[in-house]
Amino acid sequence: MNIVVCVKYVPDAQADRTFNEADNTTDRDGVEGLLSEIDEYAVEEALKIAESGEGEVTVVTVGPEQALDAVKKALQMGADKGVHVSDEAIHGSDAAATSLILAEAVKKAAGGENPDLVLMGMSSTDGVMGVVPAMVAERLGLPQVTYASELTVDGQGLKIRRDGDAASETIESSLPALVSVTDQINEPRYPSFKGIMAAKKKPVETWTLADLGVDAGQVGLDAAWTTVTSFAKRPPREQGQIVTDEGDGGAKLAEFLSAQKFL
Amino acid sequence: MAEVLVLVDHVDGKVRKSTAELLTIARRLGEPSAVHIGPGAETAQVTLAKYGAEKVYTFDAPEALEYLVAPQAEVLAALVEKTSPVAVLIPSNSAGKEIAGRLGIKTNSGVITDAVDVTAGGEGVETTQSVFAGSYTVKATVNQGTAIVAVKPNSVAIEAAPAAGTVEAVDVTVSDAAKAAKIVESKPKEATGRPELTEAAIVVSGGRGTGGDFGPVEEFADSLGAAVGASRAAVDAGWYPHSNQVGQTGKQVSPQLYVAAGISGAIQHRAGMQTSKTIVAVNKDEEAPIFELVDFGVVGDLFTVLPQATEAVKKAKG
Ligand SMILES: Cc1cc2nc3c(=O)[nH]c(=O)nc-3n(C[C@H](O)[C@H](O)[C@H](O)COP(=O)(O)OP(=O)(O)OC[C@H]3O[C@@H](n4cnc5c(N)ncnc54)[C@H](O)[C@@H]3O)c2cc1C
Ligand SMILES: Cc1cc2nc3c(=O)[nH]c(=O)nc-3n(C[C@H](O)[C@H](O)[C@H](O)COP(=O)(O)OP(=O)(O)OC[C@H]3O[C@@H](n4cnc5c(N)ncnc54)[C@H](O)[C@@H]3O)c2cc1C
Repeated sequence: MNIVVCVKYVPDAQADRTFNEADNTTDRDGVEGLLSEIDEYAVEEALKIAESGEGEVTVVTVGPEQALDAVKKALQMGADKGVHVSDEAIHGSDAAATSLILAEAVKKAAGGENPDLVLMGMSSTDGVMGVVPAMVAERLGLPQVTYASELTVDGQGLKIRRDGDAASETIESSLPALVSVTDQINEPRYPSFKGIMAAKKKPVETWTLADLGVDAGQVGLDAAWTTVTSFAKRPPREQGQIVTDEGDGGAKLAEFLSAQKFL
Repeated sequence: MAEVLVLVDHVDGKVRKSTAELLTIARRLGEPSAVHIGPGAETAQVTLAKYGAEKVYTFDAPEALEYLVAPQAEVLAALVEKTSPVAVLIPSNSAGKEIAGRLGIKTNSGVITDAVDVTAGGEGVETTQSVFAGSYTVKATVNQGTAIVAVKPNSVAIEAAPAAGTVEAVDVTVSDAAKAAKIVESKPKEATGRPELTEAAIVVSGGRGTGGDFGPVEEFADSLGAAVGASRAAVDAGWYPHSNQVGQTGKQVSPQLYVAAGISGAIQHRAGMQTSKTIVAVNKDEEAPIFELVDFGVVGDLFTVLPQATEAVKKAKG
C-alpha cells in the first residue's frame, strides 16, 4: 500500500498570528510555525495502516523554507520519506493554486500516478477552510472520503464512519481514494528518541514548480483567484465583569442576562 | 438582472434558516435563484419564494444525495454554465465548503469560505471573514470566474421579500466518477427538540467541569431556549455527542449569547466560539483562560450557579 500524507506547516495558534502589511498575506516568518495539529492524526493513521500490513508512507508539504519542519516531525513519528515543495513563486497562493501544486506533488511522489491512498487533515489550523481535500480529489479524479472518525482499509477498498450534521454515516469507496481525518480517529504518537534519530537518515526531496511541471504563472499571489483587499485587527474584547459566587452567583448571572435583554 | 445561485440547505424539503439568510444576502447582489437538490422541493418552494427566490431549480435524482458532495458540485457546475450567475452562495458547513471547493475547480472560479458578510462592492462581490480565531477581520474579493462564497450561519438578519419561486427541473447526468464515495448507512441523530447548534441565538456549553452530568447545562439551556454544546474533553469522555462539539474540530458557532460552563477556554475551543456577541462563563477556577473572553463571568461551582440561574430565568420569563 502506497500512502501519501499531505501535511501543512502553519503559524502557531498560541502565538500572535498576523498578516504582512505589504501584500496582505499570512505572516509565516515572524511567527513560530509547526505541523498543523490535525495533520498529525493523518500521519498517525497512515502509520497504523502501513504497520498493519505492507506499506510505505510519504509525507508532502507545500510551503516556505521552514515548512521542512513539518516534514521532519512526520518523519520522526515514523513516515518513510518526505517531499518539500518550495518555490518563491508559491508565496500568496490561494486554496485553488495550493490544491493544484499538491495534486501534482502527490502524483509525482507516487511515481507519476495516483497512490493507493492519500490522507489529509479535515482542515488546517490557520486557513481552516476545509476545502483542500475536496479540491485535490476533484483534480486527481479520486473518490473524496472526508471527515473520517474511523477508517478501515482492505485490499479492495475502504470504509469510514463520520459524524455528519444530521446523521452518523458510513461511507464506502474503492481504492485509490483520498481520505481526510478528524481528531476523533486516533491518538497521534510522540516521536520516540529512536524515531528522532532515524528521521535524520530518511530521504527528503525538495521540488520546485518546474520539477512538478507547474507553470509559475498559475500560482502565487498575482495568479490567485481570490484577493485579500484589507485586514484589520479586532479591538481586544473589553474586560468583562467577573463576580465570585457567594450564594447569589446564579441570580447575578440571570440579572446580567436580563439587563442584556436575553430574557 | 443577473442571477445569484443559492444552494438550499434542507432535510427532506424542510429549509434551514441559513438558507433564508443566503437568499437575503443574494438580493443585494442580483436576482436570487434557489437550487434545491434532493426530495421535498414542493415543500421547500414556499419558503424559498417567501425569502426572494425568483426561480427554484430542482434536481431530485436519488444519486444526488447517495454519495458524498461530488454529485451536488456537478449539478451546481451545470447551472453555473447555464445561467452565468454573478455569485454562488453556499452554506459554510463542512459539506457546503467541500461543494464550494469542487465547484471552484470545475468552473475555474475563486472560492471564499466562512464569510460573515457579503456585499456588492466596486470590484464585484466583496466578502468579510473573521479569521485567526476572531482576532482579525479580512475583506476579500474573487477576481476569477464566478464568485463562489460559503457564508456562515447567523451572518445576517433574515428578511422576507416574496418572489415568484418558479420551479424548473434541472437535467444533469451525474458522472460515474462522482458516484465513488457511497453513503451505505446513515443513522439520523436523535431529535432533542432544541435549536440547531450553528443556527441558535443562544448556546450553552458544558465541559469537563460537568463531571459527566449535563443536567444543569441542559436545564439552563432549556430555560433560555438555547442549543447545547460541549468541549472536546466532554465529547472524548463520551458524555455528549461529537456533533455537539464546539471548536476547531467541532462546530464553529457565533450566537448572540454563548455560555461556557466548566470549560477552561483552550485555544481550540475558542476557535469555535470566539466570535459570539456576548460571552458568559461559569468556572470554579478564577484563573481559567475563558475569563479573558467574557462579558460576564461567575467564579463558582456550576452545580450551584446554573440551577439558581435557571430558576431566576424561569421566574423572570414567567
Ligand atoms: C486566515 C486565512 C483565510 C484564508 N481565506 C482564503 C479564502 O477565502 N479563499 C482562498 O482561496 N484562500 C484563502 N486562504 C489561503 C488558503 O488558506 C491557503 O491557500 C491554504 O494553502 C489552503 O487552505 P487551508 O489552509 O485553509 O487548507 P484546508 O483545506 O483547511 O486544509 C486541509 C488539509 O489539506 C492539506 N493541506 C492544505 N494546505 C497544504 C499545504 N500547503 N501543504 C500540504 N498539505 C496541505 C492538509 O492535509 C490540511 O490538513 C486563507 C488563508 C488564511 C491564513
Ligand atoms: C487537534 C486538536 C483539536 C481540538 N479541538 C477541540 C475542539 O474542537 N473543541 C474543544 O473544546 N477542544 C478541542 N481540543 C481540546 C482542547 O485543547 C482542550 O483539551 C479542551 O477544550 C478542554 O476541555 P474542557 O475545557 O472541558 O476541559 P478542561 O481544560 O479540563 O477544563 C475544565 C474546566 O472546568 C472547571 N471546573 C471543574 N469543575 C467545575 C465545577 N464543578 N464548576 C465549574 N467549573 C468547574 C475547571 O476549573 C476547568 O477550568 C482540541 C485539541 C487538539 C489537540
